[in-house]
Amino acid sequence: MSEPSYNPTELLICTASRLMEDGTTAFIGTGIPMLAAALAQRQQAPNLVTVFEFGGTGAILEDLPMAVGEARTFHKALHASGICDVMEAAQRGFIDYGFLGGAQVDPYGNLNSTIIGPVHHPPKVRLPGSGGANDVGSLCWHTIIIIRHSKRSFVSKVDFVTTPGYLTGPGAREAAGLPPDTGPLYVVSNLALLGFDDDTKRMKLLATQPGVTVEQVVAETSFELIIPTQVGVSEAPTDEELHILRDQVDRQRLYI
Amino acid sequence: MNIIESGIGELIELPDMNAFREWNRTQKTRKLVDKLMTEREAISRYAYDGCYIGTELYGTVRCPMTLVREVLRQGIKDLRVAGQGVTELDLWLAAGIVKTLDLTYIGLEVYGTSNALRRAVESGQVEKVVEWSNAGISWRFKAAAMGVPFLPVRSMLGTDTLKYSAAKVVECPFTGEKVALLPALILDVGLMHVHRADRYGNCQVEGITGFGFEFARACKRLIVSAEEIVPTTEIRKYPDRTLVPYYLVDAVVHAPFASHPGEMAYVYCRDEPEIKAWVEASKTHEGSMAYLKEWVYDLPDHQAYLDKLGRLRLARLLEGRERRE
Repeated sequence: MSEPSYNPTELLICTASRLMEDGTTAFIGTGIPMLAAALAQRQQAPNLVTVFEFGGTGAILEDLPMAVGEARTFHKALHASGICDVMEAAQRGFIDYGFLGGAQVDPYGNLNSTIIGPVHHPPKVRLPGSGGANDVGSLCWHTIIIIRHSKRSFVSKVDFVTTPGYLTGPGAREAAGLPPDTGPLYVVSNLALLGFDDDTKRMKLLATQPGVTVEQVVAETSFELIIPTQVGVSEAPTDEELHILRDQVDRQRLYI
Repeated sequence: MNIIESGIGELIELPDMNAFREWNRTQKTRKLVDKLMTEREAISRYAYDGCYIGTELYGTVRCPMTLVREVLRQGIKDLRVAGQGVTELDLWLAAGIVKTLDLTYIGLEVYGTSNALRRAVESGQVEKVVEWSNAGISWRFKAAAMGVPFLPVRSMLGTDTLKYSAAKVVECPFTGEKVALLPALILDVGLMHVHRADRYGNCQVEGITGFGFEFARACKRLIVSAEEIVPTTEIRKYPDRTLVPYYLVDAVVHAPFASHPGEMAYVYCRDEPEIKAWVEASKTHEGSMAYLKEWVYDLPDHQAYLDKLGRLRLARLLEGRERRE
């Protein structure tokens, strides 16, 4: 098979971007979610209302922000307020989607961005911490996780639950006091698009990325995935998507 | 009230709201007095070894870098720090002056994890780390701003972020559902940078407000630096733009480009090469110390920092600013 005409980052961006719906509100974190949102606004979702944690709501992403508080996160925006206001909007049920990353994800979609290794002080590897991720994962209706696929990142148990997925399984979020009907919807990786089984809340393979086999996905995952009899294949990034990404969204190639 | 779960992280200060009221009654003047002073004077007057200190906004956005550098220059140490950061907290961590952290996020955003944080925490030099979410810590400031000892929220529940925080989980006395209680956070010293202020400390900002509103109301001492010092008549023309009224403020420092290498909305943009220079320097302890020597310790004040950057470079940052269109 010939080499694809796109790199893994571009694949992640395009796959995540297609999940963004017009006329919805979505929390956007630094990096890939920003590029995905900028692409989505130029494609199927011109009225995607981006929400940035330090207060920008409804920005038009003409230039790519480098930080979740910088001026481009409220460029031509509808509202520039503060973190309490936007997080309280999420707490009241106004934010539809949250796009999140992390260093590790487990079968229930719990995310770790705090510590790698045993949790004691001092830790072996100290990561940046929750930031807004825990709030986004707790309070948005649905979260969509974007993460590179490997045995080290798809683990049976995260070293530290920074951000809640389905915690320990069905009913666990509600039992912990989190708002009902919330939780991770999809996991976007460079190998696959995954979802969560309705009954067990465990991760389920939905589609492989182009040129990737189910066996490869399984081999790169440290826990048992639910593999349905029908597994789709995601569409490769189109020429149009790649053109927008390279020539409009990230002209300076800061990310891609 | 039935406590279902208690975070095992240390509560760095008890939310003693009566003491806070008493402080505000006796230590904060209601008089319009001139508080304009140099950064040296402001930091030496109000910051001290072991103080519980925080910064607003964060990282590279409307960030009080001039005040942060002055804290370093004066050798203030054993800080108990609350907040989120990129470069501001990175500089303090690299210099080894942080003892305890209420941590939400310390990283380099697009440039990855913070090497300064990793070295300081993994070596055990930072003695205690207490976990919070970004909204969590902002709501803690909000509780203090409201003058109440805690706020119930629906975030952090069910996670290790709560387990290693000082929050508590209780049953809501009205509905019986579980809620997380976040203790009010009152800082000894707050550092904040704004677009404009008058000599009395009335402050206005442009763009997003971050957690400035809550933070300014949660500090026993608040030191503000401003891009521009304006007459009070200008403040009175647009009172709706005042985020921080004078009585919250203890010192006003005139410091243009004080968010450098970060940005100031509608005034100047990020200095990407300088941010990258720190990212590179911070990869090693030696590199960090050389950077601090060159950009902090060897310079007497903020004006010397601006002189070192040079007019051309600053003009380019003005040119790259966000515009209202």
